[in-house]
Amino acid sequence: MKINGKEIELILPMTLGDLVAGSGYCEDRVAVELNGRIVPRSEYANVSLDNGDSVEIVGFVGGG
Amino acid sequence: MIPSEEEFDKALCIRHGPEVHGKVKNATVGIAGLGGLGSNIAAMLTRAGVSHLVIADFDRVDISNINRQNYYLRQIGSVKVEATEELLKAINPYMTIDGHDVRLTPSNIPEIFKGCDIVCEAFDVASEKAMLINTILEKCPGTKIVSGSGLAGYGRSNEIKTKKLLEDLYMCGDDTDMKGVKGGLMSPRVNVCAGHVANMVISLLMKEEP
Repeated sequence: MKINGKEIELILPMTLGDLVAGSGYCEDRVAVELNGRIVPRSEYANVSLDNGDSVEIVGFVGGG
Repeated sequence: MIPSEEEFDKALCIRHGPEVHGKVKNATVGIAGLGGLGSNIAAMLTRAGVSHLVIADFDRVDISNINRQNYYLRQIGSVKVEATEELLKAINPYMTIDGHDVRLTPSNIPEIFKGCDIVCEAFDVASEKAMLINTILEKCPGTKIVSGSGLAGYGRSNEIKTKKLLEDLYMCGDDTDMKGVKGGLMSPRVNVCAGHVANMVISLLMKEEP
């Protein structure tokens, strides 16, 4: 599957929540698009990933 | 002497050209947070001719803000929304400003920003940035967001970039958390980032990508 534009082979089954946490992100500081559609944060734990998926994870940092 | 609305409009139209001026003037832009980023973005967009702004912040002007935020000593203690409104009206007395002196939450964000073409995310805390962006992307489809993330310290001007990260999300900054960055938050670099955000807003109004 594609994560932020890079091809990565996932060990399935894996949820979007697992991927976000496993990639070093803090769930309350990200926005995630799955196959071009925004995923509500409450859904991360319920979304199962597939090797054909494309995920974009955006992390935010403090200061403004 | 303050120029008439017609004189003001004509001056901007001559400066920017009728096509750019028309699109910029007729847009509605939201600014969430009126700190270092938001207060300066608001002033830049107003000077550029954006004539309809929706601004929101729950805070008051503090002495610790003066090093980077677009406020003056006489405004210490004022509600930030009102202080910003006063300064913007001194640049363009004919613009409309929809000010909200509230803490933004998932329940009030869609209602406050529903008429905006673009919303600038200018919060301080990372989790609040994520909350605002997720709420708008989920609840206000078609609204574009320009976010400022990573602008602390001094120097390294060229590390601040504008990128399109999601279908409706653009991010300006160096992606580095302020914790541990020498100098904390300082006016020049905050304004480099605020300039990126305001510049991306104008580009999007002209239907141009970064």
